Amino acid sequence: MVKINGEELNAAGKTLAEYLASTSYDPKRIAVERNGDIVPKTQYGETVLKDGDSIEVVSFVGGG
Amino acid sequence: MWEVVELIPTKEEWNKALSERHGEQLQKVFSAAAVAICGLGGLGSNIATSLARAGVGKLILIDFDRVDITNLHRQQYKAEQMGMHKTDALRDNLSEIAPYIDLEIHTVRVTEENGAHLLQGADIICEAFDDAESKAMLTGLVLEKMPDKFLVAASGMAGFGSANTIRTRRIAKRFYLCGDGVSDVQSEGSLVSSRVMLCAAHQAHTVLRILAGKFEI
Repeated sequence: MVKINGEELNAAGKTLAEYLASTSYDPKRIAVERNGDIVPKTQYGETVLKDGDSIEVVSFVGGG
Repeated sequence: MWEVVELIPTKEEWNKALSERHGEQLQKVFSAAAVAICGLGGLGSNIATSLARAGVGKLILIDFDRVDITNLHRQQYKAEQMGMHKTDALRDNLSEIAPYIDLEIHTVRVTEENGAHLLQGADIICEAFDDAESKAMLTGLVLEKMPDKFLVAASGMAGFGSANTIRTRRIAKRFYLCGDGVSDVQSEGSLVSSRVMLCAAHQAHTVLRILAGKFEI
């Protein structure tokens, strides 16, 4: 299981790009942290989610 | 007739007053710090004011925009400053508040191309844009390309929601995020001075806590 934004999901084996494509996140408005480190956008396609990973997808909203 | 004599404190008096409030050691750290503020709107102008008052030694202020009548309900500008570049207007205002602060201004839009150069002198970077894509761009840029710097970003402070939903989270070792995470100006339809100031205060306070070596939330 992979913990994504606090929720245990059956996403092990998928790439980060595959997981994000299955969600409604706008790729231009997000930053992704994996086990304490930011995942560069260029590595979403090659980052394979593993059992025990902890992922945080920060989806920015407008206003400032 | 009275003769008006304008007196401001000397630099020594200024530093002494700050040291008495924050402690000499901490004030030395604040004085030696350089903080960049990207975007000088409701968040950035309030963050800058807080940090200038706290005695942060140097602020790098970046914005391409000018003061507009739609800014005055929540941003630290005056009616007479309408039409000025925000960088120039905020430099003037901060110089009146904290006369010995070192201010570096850049009247440009931060991009992936110029970001590293603009931000190289900063220890801590505040993301204070209003556009979600710009927020994500700067976050990626700082965390991927400038691994030695701290980023204090903001997301979700629009509308009239409870003050108590604005909070600070530590997303990664050098990445803090303030706001309620969800209140988008597009759906909320407005930004209110008090709630934007709350979020700006979270960001400014996080900067001071990082400088003080208090990294946990």
